[in-house]
Amino acid sequence: MASEYEGMWKSLGMDLGAHDQLLAVLGQGYTDVFLSQANRPKGMDYFNFVMSEVHGLRIKEMLEAKEQGEKIVGSYCVFVPEEIVRAAGATLVGLCSGADFAMEEVERVLPRNTCALIKSSFGFKLGKVCPYLESADMIVGENTCDGKKKSYEELNKLVSNLYVMDLPQTKSENARALLKAEFVRFAKAMEELTGNPITVESLKKGIAITNAKRQAMHRLEALRKADPEPISGLDALLASQVSFYDAPVRFTESVNALCDELEERVKDKVAVFPEKTPRILLSGCPMAVPNWKLPWIVESSGAVIVGEESCVGERGLRNLTDDSGQDVESLMEAIVDRYFKIDCAIFTPNEDRADHIVQMAKDYKADGVIQYALNFCQPYQIEAMGLESRMEKEGIPMLRIETDYSPEDAEQLKTRVEAFVEMIG
Amino acid sequence: MIFAGLDIGSRSMELVLLQKGRVVEWRKTDTGYDPLGQASLILEGLSWDSLTATGYGRKLISDAMNAQAITEIQAHALGVRELFPEARTILDIGGQDTKAMALLPNGKISRFEMNDRCAAGTGKFLEFMATSLSQPLEEFGGFALTGRPGVAINSMCTVFAETEATSLMAKGCKAADIALALHHSVVRRSLSMLKRVGLNDPVVFTGGVARNPCMVKLLEQDLAMSLCIPENPEMTGALGAALYGASNARAHSTASK
Repeated sequence: MASEYEGMWKSLGMDLGAHDQLLAVLGQGYTDVFLSQANRPKGMDYFNFVMSEVHGLRIKEMLEAKEQGEKIVGSYCVFVPEEIVRAAGATLVGLCSGADFAMEEVERVLPRNTCALIKSSFGFKLGKVCPYLESADMIVGENTCDGKKKSYEELNKLVSNLYVMDLPQTKSENARALLKAEFVRFAKAMEELTGNPITVESLKKGIAITNAKRQAMHRLEALRKADPEPISGLDALLASQVSFYDAPVRFTESVNALCDELEERVKDKVAVFPEKTPRILLSGCPMAVPNWKLPWIVESSGAVIVGEESCVGERGLRNLTDDSGQDVESLMEAIVDRYFKIDCAIFTPNEDRADHIVQMAKDYKADGVIQYALNFCQPYQIEAMGLESRMEKEGIPMLRIETDYSPEDAEQLKTRVEAFVEMIG
Repeated sequence: MIFAGLDIGSRSMELVLLQKGRVVEWRKTDTGYDPLGQASLILEGLSWDSLTATGYGRKLISDAMNAQAITEIQAHALGVRELFPEARTILDIGGQDTKAMALLPNGKISRFEMNDRCAAGTGKFLEFMATSLSQPLEEFGGFALTGRPGVAINSMCTVFAETEATSLMAKGCKAADIALALHHSVVRRSLSMLKRVGLNDPVVFTGGVARNPCMVKLLEQDLAMSLCIPENPEMTGALGAALYGASNARAHSTASK
């Protein structure tokens, strides 16, 4: 059956055959992982709908706005300041990087031992299957890890609209000055792209939209502290993932509606898993759609995920931006302050992250922490080694997992996760 | 009551029947390409009150045969503590997996490590190498013990290690020396896993590879301690599964009283 969006995808220059295959796999995966769950909150219907239209209606909506002059900015990282993008009247979307695609093509451009996330972003470009990437007016790359910053040199040969933002690697004064300079440069680039000046009013509006989204997610996080948890970890992760794609105001409303329902569920002790189900904190690399492998394994092994210490999770959502400034300069300072606190593993040293994991494990009453790193992601892999002894000192059981997007190690992962759950249960 | 424990590994499956805390029957067969069919064969003519499955085929059996399932990590810990109540560290090398486990003084698992996705350092590696050196698997350890030290295999990868072995043969190295080097490479890998979980005496060595005398000798040499090895080292998982069934039944009957 031909999709009603075929014309739209074709106009974006996408490979329809390959894209059909991708959607079929994505649809099947979504059915198996999400729709098969028992006793989901009704509020998840909205997210089911968004996912079923993630390459359809949402793109159509964005392209219609684009015809009215609204620019689309694509990003691969939570360091891209959403407040500034919104202040310029543009929309910000996360670009696809959560599934293996066109790997033979990718390995002609990148070494085999590159992490799955980077390879995936190239696969979606080379395979011409990401409508977000193809509709973007600007793609923002950011100098986080070596893998990403070097591969942007290669991505720059494949796209005409890449903007690379430099990022600091320490939390020193000089490092903060670099971030500030880069955000100022980015604000100028946004003004140039959109033709809209960034003013006190527009910045305040951008901050308000972005903060509201974060506050709604903070509400969701807080509700997950309940035992039994009123929502599965998979569904909560999905809400985080959708936050990268959806129109922000509508997203915020939907998350708040979900939270209203969850408050009732907590009162009535309605849950997805029985009380006393072992509680797991997932920590480490980001999980982009449709990278659901590990959370799915965890939640089908008799445990529930209570939090994500991840860019797609609390690392990306923690802290609001102070909106009290009365001029552009002080609002920009507030934005820099907020982003400078992100405890990504590219920073050295990065003790904040370890402290946050310990704090989250306590707050969410986690029985154990699963450290998840993508193969070849040195920053998170190396931090996981150090975290092992820190967690031991804190008396928090920890399992270290290194994997990628392929299903080939699912059975071995299952054994390890099940054994970990038996151990902490 | 009779408690059955079935360990469905990648290469072989083992069955233990437990009655009044004693092993009354044990059997072993190849897993082959039809684990469910093989499981039916190994269970033929037997009766039991509760069946607990472990190993990589545990889910298959628990779905098809109304059995409980536990991971091989837990099964080995239970089985080993039955045989060696003082055990603090376990090394299990089976056909497809190598596992290292640290136990608390009360027998609970405190940490474990498992090889990920490839056959490096497992029984499969030794089997593959025995074939490439034209040695029967059962005699491979004894053969390696006749080798002289001085040759090194550096690759952990089964395929690359064979390439290395082939080039050593081409240089005129003796097969027994190469066999010894291959054993050393598995031992190195096992040691790094053991060290990661933390080494506490006594260390118990289980799994089919614990029957290999060269592995035992090299491990004991490098650890500078002696290893405890069960009489039937490949049975530990099945024994642990049966024990799990028994303790579960006890917990149930206490709860219903």
